[in-house]
Amino acid sequence: MAKPNDTRQTNSSGLIALIADRSFYVLGVILFMIVWQIASALKLFGADFSEAFSPLAAILALVEMVKNGELIHHALPSLRRVLLGLSLAVVVALPIGVLVGYFKRVEQLTYVVFQFMRMISPLAWMPIAIIIFGVGDVSVVFLLWLVAIWPLILNTSHGAGRVSPLWVNMAKTMGAMDIGILRKIIIPAAVPDMLTGLRLAVGVSWIILVPAEMLGVPDGLGYFILDTRDRFRYDQLMATIMAIGMIGYLLDSVNRWLINKFSWKN
Amino acid sequence: MNTTINGSAPPERPLLELRDVSKTFMKDGAALPVLEKVNLSINAGEFVCILGPTGCGKSVTLQIVAGLLEQSSGSVILDGREERGPGPHKGMVFQEYALLPWRSVVENVEIGLELKGIPKRERRKIAEEQLELVGLKGSESRMVHEISGGMRQRAAIARALANRPKILLMDEPFEALDALTKEEMQIQILKAWEKTGTTIFFVTHDVDEAIFLSDKLCVMDINPGRVKQIITNTLPRPRHELVCRTDREFGAIRDQIIQLYSSLKDEELDLVF
Repeated sequence: MAKPNDTRQTNSSGLIALIADRSFYVLGVILFMIVWQIASALKLFGADFSEAFSPLAAILALVEMVKNGELIHHALPSLRRVLLGLSLAVVVALPIGVLVGYFKRVEQLTYVVFQFMRMISPLAWMPIAIIIFGVGDVSVVFLLWLVAIWPLILNTSHGAGRVSPLWVNMAKTMGAMDIGILRKIIIPAAVPDMLTGLRLAVGVSWIILVPAEMLGVPDGLGYFILDTRDRFRYDQLMATIMAIGMIGYLLDSVNRWLINKFSWKN
Repeated sequence: MNTTINGSAPPERPLLELRDVSKTFMKDGAALPVLEKVNLSINAGEFVCILGPTGCGKSVTLQIVAGLLEQSSGSVILDGREERGPGPHKGMVFQEYALLPWRSVVENVEIGLELKGIPKRERRKIAEEQLELVGLKGSESRMVHEISGGMRQRAAIARALANRPKILLMDEPFEALDALTKEEMQIQILKAWEKTGTTIFFVTHDVDEAIFLSDKLCVMDINPGRVKQIITNTLPRPRHELVCRTDREFGAIRDQIIQLYSSLKDEELDLVF
């Protein structure tokens, strides 16, 4: 079906049409839940577990976890780790990305190493992280940092590298030296690509978070997955999976909003 | 109407002087001469157009003056000093505007002043004055993608003027505009030139545009690019208040230039056949 477009209308029939249009997003979620519920009722996930794996059981468990504070207790440390890893990644990756994008020699020096490094799953570094930083928060944050820097560096350098030479020439005729060109042209021009990099970084960090939190930290959503399994609370396990998906979706929405707000139009 | 071949020495010291400026590009290991011993002088306050067909090196000449390209030999002297590299004392207006899309109109005009470290309030004042000069008052806070091509080029002119340059360099600035907007812009630039008394060095391949605007026309030859003839244009001013494009004298200059062009073409044909 063709996508209805965004012709914004202010009259009430337009508003109703808009709501009807957007309701398809909700409908998709409901249909998914129904299929899932039917699959559990038909015991497609195995005779013993299907009931606990059903969306109804998961939603009930989720409500319970919200009420007794367990969800917040585990979600907050997870968010703290991801945000810390991302912040450290931004601090390191954006300057590197700008330099790589602007100076051809820096790009050549780093190209092979970066392309090679970014293909390594950060989980492969897990034993090394534990040897260096020990079991705990620092190792988890290190792995999150390691996974977040590549999309940030590569997107920033891409943005900084494709800046129109015309803008650079213009800045030169205005008396700008390298520093001025970087500050006034290259960096602001690369902001949309930086935000795209941030969006990708948030996505992979959130994905890597769960296995990273299985590294022996005492809380966090990844830890809680293992904990619910050990307690045979499969409804809570499913609820945690739901919560991970929802929080990830919210984080991505924030990023989409940022991109929308801070990307310039040509 | 006076005509001098390769410019006789003017009485006063020129503001800008090109002395034997040559430029050779290297292409696939072979030397490709694009400019050969260009000599040209521009007096303070003068409006000089450099006119020629594609490939005559007129834009290269302007970019050498701007400092964006380096000449292979010869020198560029501005206000008695030999020029090296670009700088805010030479305002440049590009054909493609080169406005920054993440900045508003007034912020674009301010960029040169920002780079000079002028405080915000002062640079806003200067930028607003320049925008008023080019007829963009009221559009200060609009974004670049919201305004027309003609308005964009006015903003770019205001940006170049905000630095109070000794000379304004314009590289086919109105080429991307439709015919009517182009004529409007020609009038606008003459008005701005009269008000500011700035010196303008203007590149174009449009014969009528060059005649309408200039005090002096530098007609370029090709293969390699060189000055064919310098024509002094004595059409009365202010031209934007007179019907001058249909004047007999306008036509006479036009004929003279077309003659030069057609002889260029013949030489070109001789080379090919």
